[in-house]
Amino acid sequence: MSIDAPAKAIPQPRKITTKPRVSDQIFRAIVTAFSFSALVILSLIAIFLLMKGFNTLKQQGIGFITNFEWSVVVDDGGVETAHFGLQAMLIGTVVISFIALFIAVPLSVLTALFLTFYAPERVKRILVTVVDLMAAFPSILYGLWGFFVLMPMAEYWAKLIHKWLGWIYIFDLPDPIYTRSPFIAGIVLSVMIIPIITSVSREVFAQTPLDRVQAAYALGATKWGMIRAVVLPFGAGGVVGGSMLGLGRAFGETVAVFSVLNIVFRTNFQILFTQGGNVASMIIQKWGEAGPSEVSALMAAGLVLFILTLFVNFLANSVVTRTVKSGR
Amino acid sequence: MSTTTVKPIKPWAASPKDRAMTGLSFFLSLAVTALIVETTPMKGKLAYFFLFFLSWFIIDSLFVIGKSGTKGVRDALAAKVTLLGATIVSLAVFSILWATVSRGIKGLNFNFLTENMRNASLFDPIGKGGILHAILGTLMLIAIAVFFSVPMGILTALYLTEIKGKAAPLIQFLVQAMSGVPSVVAGLFIYAAIILNTPLRSSAFLGGLALTILMVPTVTRTAQEVLNLVPRDLREAGLAMGATQWKTVALVVVPAARSGLITATILGIARIAGETAPLLFTVGVFDSYNFNPFKGDQGTIPTVVWRGLIGGTPESVQRAWTSIMVLLTVVLIMFITARAFGTKAMKKK
Repeated sequence: MSIDAPAKAIPQPRKITTKPRVSDQIFRAIVTAFSFSALVILSLIAIFLLMKGFNTLKQQGIGFITNFEWSVVVDDGGVETAHFGLQAMLIGTVVISFIALFIAVPLSVLTALFLTFYAPERVKRILVTVVDLMAAFPSILYGLWGFFVLMPMAEYWAKLIHKWLGWIYIFDLPDPIYTRSPFIAGIVLSVMIIPIITSVSREVFAQTPLDRVQAAYALGATKWGMIRAVVLPFGAGGVVGGSMLGLGRAFGETVAVFSVLNIVFRTNFQILFTQGGNVASMIIQKWGEAGPSEVSALMAAGLVLFILTLFVNFLANSVVTRTVKSGR
Repeated sequence: MSTTTVKPIKPWAASPKDRAMTGLSFFLSLAVTALIVETTPMKGKLAYFFLFFLSWFIIDSLFVIGKSGTKGVRDALAAKVTLLGATIVSLAVFSILWATVSRGIKGLNFNFLTENMRNASLFDPIGKGGILHAILGTLMLIAIAVFFSVPMGILTALYLTEIKGKAAPLIQFLVQAMSGVPSVVAGLFIYAAIILNTPLRSSAFLGGLALTILMVPTVTRTAQEVLNLVPRDLREAGLAMGATQWKTVALVVVPAARSGLITATILGIARIAGETAPLLFTVGVFDSYNFNPFKGDQGTIPTVVWRGLIGGTPESVQRAWTSIMVLLTVVLIMFITARAFGTKAMKKK
C-alpha cells in the first residue's frame, strides 16, 4: 500500500490571543453603555432639579431648610416677595416616617420570624405571597383605604391613646380633632413599608449559618432561646438595613400621605392632632396653583427630597450588604 | 435468634394529651375574652382581638409552666407573639382587599368598562360614562415604559452578571439607589428636563419616560437574580464549543432565563401600573380617547382614582373605588402570572 496522496501543507498554527473578537467587542460596548443608564439618569435628575431650583436656593439660602414659612405675596406694584422654607415639612416627614417605623418594625420582625421559624410550609407559602402582593399594591390604593377604611378606626384608636396617655406631650392636642393627623398618616405608611422590612428581614434570618443554629439546639436551647442567641444577633444588621430601606420609601411617599394628612406649614409634634407635613405631598398640593417662582421652589424641594432618600438608601444598602456577607 | 424491628418513635411530637391541652387553652381564652368584653366597659372588635391574645398568652403559659418551666413558657409565648404579628399584617392586607372588592363591585357595570367620560362627569350618577379611555391610556403608558425599561434593565443585568466589568459594584450600587427615587421626584424631573426646556407638553410619552425611571431598577434587580440562577456550566459549555461571548449570551444564557426575564418585566409593570404622582406632572388628565402618545393629555386609571378621591362626593368616590378595583385586578393577574412563570423557572433548574 502506497501513500501517494499529494502531501498537504501543514496548516499554520492558529494565533492564540486573548483579544475578544469584533462581535464580542461590540456586544460588550453596547451592554456596558446601557449599564451606565442608571448613572446617567440619576445625574440628570440631580442636574435638572438643581438647575430649575437654583434661583430659590440662591435667594433663600440656608433658610430654605430652616424657615417654616411658605408664601408668595404680590404687592400692588407687581413686586413679588416670596418666602420658601421647608422646615415644617421636613420635620413633618421625619415625624410620620418614624411613627411608621415604630409600628412597622416590630410587626415586620415578628412576621419574618413567624415565616422563617414557626409557620407550617403551606401557611408560609401563602403568607409570603400575601406580603409580596402588599408591595405591589398601588400607593393610591393605600390612600383610598387609609382615608375611607382606616381613618374611622384610627380616629377611635387615637381617642383611646389620648384618653390614657394624654398627659404625655406628644399625645396631647389643642383641639379635639383627630382626623387627618400624622398618627394616621404614620399608620398608612407603616402598612406600606411592612412588606419591604419583612422581606429583607426574612432574607437575612434565612441566611443564619446552619451550624450555629444546630449548635444552639445541641446545647439544649428552646426555639426561642436559639432565636435570641443566634438569629437576632446575626440578623440585627439586616433588620436595621431593611428598616432604613423602609424609611427611604416612607420619606418619598406622596399620594397616600396626601390623602390622609392635613398639610399645614407649622411644626407640630402633637401627633394625634390634625396638622402635619410631608415634603412629597406638599409638592403635589402646591403644584396646581404654583407660579414660576414657586415652581422653582418646588423643584428645589424635590432636590432636597431626592438627596435625602438617596442618602438613606445608600446607608441602608451598605448595612444590608455587610450583614449578608458576614454570614457566608 | 429472633429479630426485633425497631419502631421509630417521635418523642418530640405532640401527644393527644398535649393537643387536648392546646385546644383547651384556646377555647378557654375565647370564653374568658367573651366574659371580659361582656362584663367590662371594654367593647368592640379591638377589645376582642387584644383581650383574646392576652388571655391566651396567660392561660397557655399556666398550662405550659407545669410541664416545661419558665423556659418553656418563654418559648411558647414567643411562638404566639410572632403569630400575633403575622395576624395583624394579614388583617391589614385582607382589610385592603376586602374594602376594594366590596366597595368597588357596587359601581361596576357594562358601561363602566366600555365607555369614556366625554359626556359624563365624575359627579354624575353611576352608570353614566366609563373608564375605557383611562384603561387604554394606562396600557399605552405601560407599553412605552416597557419599551424603554426592559432593554435598559436587562442589559444592565447582563453587564452585572455576564461582563462583570470594573464598574459592576458602582452600577450595582446605583441601581439600588435608583430603586429608592421617590415617584414624585421622577415626575418633577421629567417636567424640569423636558416640559420646561422643549416645546413638548404633557403627553403619554413623557409619562412613560417618568415611569421608566421607576421601572428600570425593579427589572434590573429581578433579571439579575434570574441570570445568576443560570448554571455556570451552560456558559462554559457554550464558550468551550467555540462560541463567542455574544453568541453564548444570546443563544444559551438568555433563552435559559427567558421565563425569569418575563417575570422581571411583569413585576416591573406591577410596580408602575398604579403610580399616580408622576402622572400629575407629565400626563395630565383627560376624559376621552387620545391615541396620539406624543401629543395631548391622556386619561389614566390612577388619575381617575385621584380625581374621584379629591372630588369627595359619593358618586366620585364610588368611581374611584371601582377604578382601583379594575387596576388592582389587572395588577393581581400580572402578579400571579409572574409567580407562575417564576416557579416554572425555578423548577427547571
